[in-house]
Amino acid sequence: MAMLSNSDTLSVTSDRRARLTRDAVGVLVILALGVAGYVLFPNNLALLTRITAIALLVLSLDLVTGYCGVATLGHAALFGAGAYGAGIAAAHFGITDPVAMLAVGIIAGSIAGLISGVVVLRAHGLPQLVLSIAIIHLAHEAANKASGWTGGSDGLSGIMPDAVFGVWQFDLWGRTAYVFGIVLLVVTFVLLRQIVRSPFGMLCRGIRQDPVRIRAMGGSVHGTLIRMYIISGAVAGAGGALNAISTQVVGLDSLSFTLSAEALVMLVLGGTGSLYGALLGTVTFLWFEDVVSAANPFHWLTIVGALLIAVVLFAPKGLYGSLAAYFERRGRKNP
Amino acid sequence: MSAIFDVRNLKKTFGGLVVTNDVSLSMAPGDRVALIGPNGAGKTTFVNLVTGNILPNAGSVMLGGQDVTRLGPTERVRRGLVRSFQVTRLFSEMTPEEHVALAILQREGRSGKMFASHRAMPDVMEEGHTLLSRLGIAHLARHRVSEIAYGQQRLLELSLALALKPKVLLLDEPAAGVPQSDTARIEQAIADLPSDLAVLMIEHDMDLVFRFAKRVVVLAAGEIIFDGSPDAVTKDVRVRQAYLGSYADARSVA
Amino acid sequence: MQTVFSIGVDALAYGMVLFVISIGLSVTMGLMRVVNLAHGAFAMIGGYIASYAARDLGLAYAVAVMLAVAGTILIAIPIERLLYRRIYGQPELTQVLMTIGITFCIIGIANYVFGPTLKTIPTPETLREPVSLGFRTVSSHRLFVIACGAAVALGLWYFIERTAFGVKLRAAVDNAAMAAALGVRTQVVYAVSFAVAVGLAAFGGVVGAELLPIEPYYALRYMVTFLVVVSVGGAGSIPGALAACLLLGAIDTTGRYLMPEFGEFFFYLAVIAIVWLFPRGLAGRAK
Repeated sequence: MAMLSNSDTLSVTSDRRARLTRDAVGVLVILALGVAGYVLFPNNLALLTRITAIALLVLSLDLVTGYCGVATLGHAALFGAGAYGAGIAAAHFGITDPVAMLAVGIIAGSIAGLISGVVVLRAHGLPQLVLSIAIIHLAHEAANKASGWTGGSDGLSGIMPDAVFGVWQFDLWGRTAYVFGIVLLVVTFVLLRQIVRSPFGMLCRGIRQDPVRIRAMGGSVHGTLIRMYIISGAVAGAGGALNAISTQVVGLDSLSFTLSAEALVMLVLGGTGSLYGALLGTVTFLWFEDVVSAANPFHWLTIVGALLIAVVLFAPKGLYGSLAAYFERRGRKNP
Repeated sequence: MSAIFDVRNLKKTFGGLVVTNDVSLSMAPGDRVALIGPNGAGKTTFVNLVTGNILPNAGSVMLGGQDVTRLGPTERVRRGLVRSFQVTRLFSEMTPEEHVALAILQREGRSGKMFASHRAMPDVMEEGHTLLSRLGIAHLARHRVSEIAYGQQRLLELSLALALKPKVLLLDEPAAGVPQSDTARIEQAIADLPSDLAVLMIEHDMDLVFRFAKRVVVLAAGEIIFDGSPDAVTKDVRVRQAYLGSYADARSVA
Repeated sequence: MQTVFSIGVDALAYGMVLFVISIGLSVTMGLMRVVNLAHGAFAMIGGYIASYAARDLGLAYAVAVMLAVAGTILIAIPIERLLYRRIYGQPELTQVLMTIGITFCIIGIANYVFGPTLKTIPTPETLREPVSLGFRTVSSHRLFVIACGAAVALGLWYFIERTAFGVKLRAAVDNAAMAAALGVRTQVVYAVSFAVAVGLAAFGGVVGAELLPIEPYYALRYMVTFLVVVSVGGAGSIPGALAACLLLGAIDTTGRYLMPEFGEFFFYLAVIAIVWLFPRGLAGRAK
């Protein structure tokens, strides 16, 4: 084995370098797009921040749907938990430090992820889907009725976050919120890249492809999925908290079935099982929504539906998946 | 030598139908046992009972001196009872390298690690590489499973089982569906299995059974009707009766 | 006592409406193994057509019902041909996406064509008067709905258990490949079942419009209700669906009578509890 180990160590280091390079490219692309957004659309930073927050939700959904194969239509519950968690902390408990609010959102999201995971993973197939839809409706009704805490259908207002680290005030143009969001997204992205490539991530991909095989290897399917649900909850919760911090209001729409379904549309549009797909899908969808609903708000739902049908029929791998497959094919033709 | 694997008086009924009746089977480390029987003899049920996928109505399964009768399949694997599948069950989008690494990490309880890649773990990479080379598929380590030939997938199935370092290995028709040209390779791999490992092979191919097994167990209608040497099995009256009229009649058993 | 009685009648009527709408979903899911989230949208289309025919055109209720059923089937046929056929046998996520896309489209179009308001379907005089049962009076509409549910249950039972088509249907539900090998033209069975399912959904949408009001978000609001009937009752099982509908009808109606403020909250809680307790359905064989 001594002979092997030399070349093995070589390949280990070169692998690592290749991976780091790819991650660095990913981070640079996100940052470059972030700067471009800041420069090109200075009056639209609120929209861009919203895209960032929703991107966290879609990344979070990708973890359970794309990597673990759990189809859910109730994922906004995790996002909403983070948003209300951060919002209630600020409005009722005076926790107005944005980083602390973010932490509260992450914890609230993780707890919601744990609960959702335990409930949703109880069944498979159709009953699983029913559970996920029931969860989001239940959460929506609960938030609606607990209006003393959540503001009910009027929304939760009175969220006044302090300056970030006591230095950067949240301004009227949303510049601070935008930068805060992009930094949060980059940090999350780097962490998630690690997780999906780790042994744990490999285990999750294995579960998606064949849970029976994982059990026959002595792996715990349920325990692994619950852990992934908690991580997913943390990510979605961070997105919710970002939304609460940047808009300073939390509405019932953050706990809606529509948001859950739209998140799934974004993920599938971009391509499941890839973090880049999740990001690409979110940006494309929300940009499209902004353009179309400004032109004709009546038909927005129709267009989402048509878009979804089109993706299923013509690009089942999503935008990123189709692009990747295209370049792989080209790469093979011209090595 | 004391038994590493001991099945005692196992019984399973589905409704009123008795599918496994009073089955007992004991194996010591290093044993090479073949389990044969005509179609519908209850071999699949037996495998499912032993691996913990279904629970017996009566009887017990002992593994290394411990009672595992009430434990689930996952727990039994962790205690060293590993099976291979008759129809290959692999992760089609993953590479052999990832398969083996996952199994090694799973065995060592490291599969939950979140902030390290298996490629950055020299011990795992080396063990995996050694294992794949031993089965002659190291050159495919980084191809997707969906891209490699079925015979090689069977070898990967075998290396996956070995990566778990079992004490008892259940091989469910390891050469099923493999083209003739590749069976020698698989048979060699089985012959090279660690000598302290107890191997129970469920097999139809009698040639393979006779080359592999030091002991043959015959299951018919849910009961063990023969347990002895390969030489004696063909001469046994009950075995001949059990197989009479079935395909094996025309072959070496008859 | 009067309250208990009215809850009972309302619960039974509500359960029957659920049954009429979701039994078609149950049969097609058992048959084609398609997770169809758009089923409620067809009930909604039926409701809109009936409302338009009875209220705007002034046609008789019976005519409106027939128009609704026929019109919904006509609308559904091209949808089945062009879209559903592509997702038979596909992964669950694909089916979810396609059918939710169809639902969104139908909601958006309904919203655009008919506006966001609630649509009523004027019922004939005879259905508006209370009926005396000797010891109690009940709404004749509720009785009508219950009778419709019973008629559908009996009719379907006869159709599936006693006709040649029913034999083919059961064979295809049991094992489509085997049925096809035995000469059953499964494509025809699928198409007929789909049409019947959609027709029943439309029928249920119309007769149940007083209990489940017709509005654009109908398809989303009751989506989980229809799906839970199938997942609890077991896909393809008429008795299972009936039992699940009556159970859900009882829970929902009781909740709304006793705790009108928290009715929906407890309904969803009950849905989670039921699926939690029976993750494989009441009969333990739902997929």
